Amino acid sequence: MSNVPSDLKYAKSHEWVRQESDGSLTVGISEHAQELLGDLVFVETPEAGATLEAGSACAVVESVKAASDVYAPVSGEVTAVNEQLGDSPELVNSDPYGEGWLFRVKPADSGELSGLMDAEAYKAHLEAEG
Amino acid sequence: MTTPRQTTLHDTHVAAGARMVDFAGWSMPIHYGSQLEEHHAVRRDAGMFDVSHMTVVDVAGPGARAYLRRLLANDVDKLRDPGRALYSCMLNADGGILDDLIVYRRGDGYRVVVNAATRDKDLAWMQEVAAAQPDHEAVSVAEREDLDMIAVQGPEARQRLLPLLPEALRGPAAELTPFHAVESGDWFVACTGYTGEDGFEVILPAGDTRAFWSALTGAGVRPVGLGARDTLRLEAGMNLYGTDMDETTTPLESGLGWTVALEPADRDFIGRAALERQKAEGVTRRLAGLVLEGRGVLRGHMKVLAGEAGEGETTSGSFSPTLGASIALARLPAGAGDRVQVEIRGKTVPARVVRPPFARNGQPVVDIPA
Repeated sequence: MSNVPSDLKYAKSHEWVRQESDGSLTVGISEHAQELLGDLVFVETPEAGATLEAGSACAVVESVKAASDVYAPVSGEVTAVNEQLGDSPELVNSDPYGEGWLFRVKPADSGELSGLMDAEAYKAHLEAEG
Repeated sequence: MTTPRQTTLHDTHVAAGARMVDFAGWSMPIHYGSQLEEHHAVRRDAGMFDVSHMTVVDVAGPGARAYLRRLLANDVDKLRDPGRALYSCMLNADGGILDDLIVYRRGDGYRVVVNAATRDKDLAWMQEVAAAQPDHEAVSVAEREDLDMIAVQGPEARQRLLPLLPEALRGPAAELTPFHAVESGDWFVACTGYTGEDGFEVILPAGDTRAFWSALTGAGVRPVGLGARDTLRLEAGMNLYGTDMDETTTPLESGLGWTVALEPADRDFIGRAALERQKAEGVTRRLAGLVLEGRGVLRGHMKVLAGEAGEGETTSGSFSPTLGASIALARLPAGAGDRVQVEIRGKTVPARVVRPPFARNGQPVVDIPA
């Protein structure tokens, strides 16, 4: 079983969300997701200022073999994107919960966060997916 | 759905941590951990591929030469001596490509290696064409399911591999230059491959396969999966059957005009009339290489805008680990210039048209975008 930090929330489509002290939410993809994708070679993040709708495709992570959409786990406005990924997409592989973060959002509705899975539920989801 | 077939090395791959996928009815390793590292190992050092899913067919008998001169778009008469190899397409009567293959001339006949995905179709076609030969009793077409195949590729492949061959083959194999082969008993060593690097393809009895693979591992040759096999062949500008070409495309539309032997003019190979007609009428589309200049990754089936020349389509694309940029093969309309636009998820991104290959012997051979 891959690493699933207990302080994060997760979406079924394998994004993670971390609540920051200023109320913003940092979004990335889980270790399991990067393992499935393999070596990442290109990441397209949303632009700062963009408005995201929960569940809609908002970023693309591409490995050598395929492109995969990243879905916005919550609605809100993008306040920052990880500029490092332009030159170093492999950070998503090497440090998916740290330096490999994708973007930060100011949530439109803080209630959406509680609709995401906690670590235990996400682990169960991974097991169910096989 | 039927259970995929397993090669002799299936359990070895699984034990090495391979992620196995169903490929053309076979369970094959897509990678053993990192496709990128496997790719670089072949460009910089040595890697090996289990390609035992490929189909080895021996063609023998007094009528073999005439049969292959009818069957193949390239001419086996170019193989002046035993131990020489030739790349060719096998065409239908319309000039469409049924498969691409390598044919080796042997002391007493020929050996043909065709793709796994097209095995059933190829064997049926080869038998059908043989049966239609006037001297059909003088031709035998026999699949060799008793043999496995391992490709060892990379700048260090030769020196790692040679000491591990049966003794009788070590000296002769050391002298091999591209598109030559030597054999002894059921071991067959050819200086051919699908990566653009030096190296060999070894066809060997299935009973020897595990020990040979294990010895190669011990010599520091890295197992490489189908994922890196695909990026390596794409960088080398080599077509993948079923992706870059198929029965709806001719060699002239697939960058393979050089493999069609129209001389001598009296050789009546299958598809000849169609190709001559196409040539006379003008070839309206061609296969070219693309190097992406903007951001993103090219994949197959992306629309290519070639200005007034019209539209084309990528046939295969990927990130190129050797170039550090994205590359593709694309079928473009005749008259396309050296700059095109590719539609990637609704955006148009500029790309440069180049003549493949993109990389050879470890180095890029096209300009890399800044």
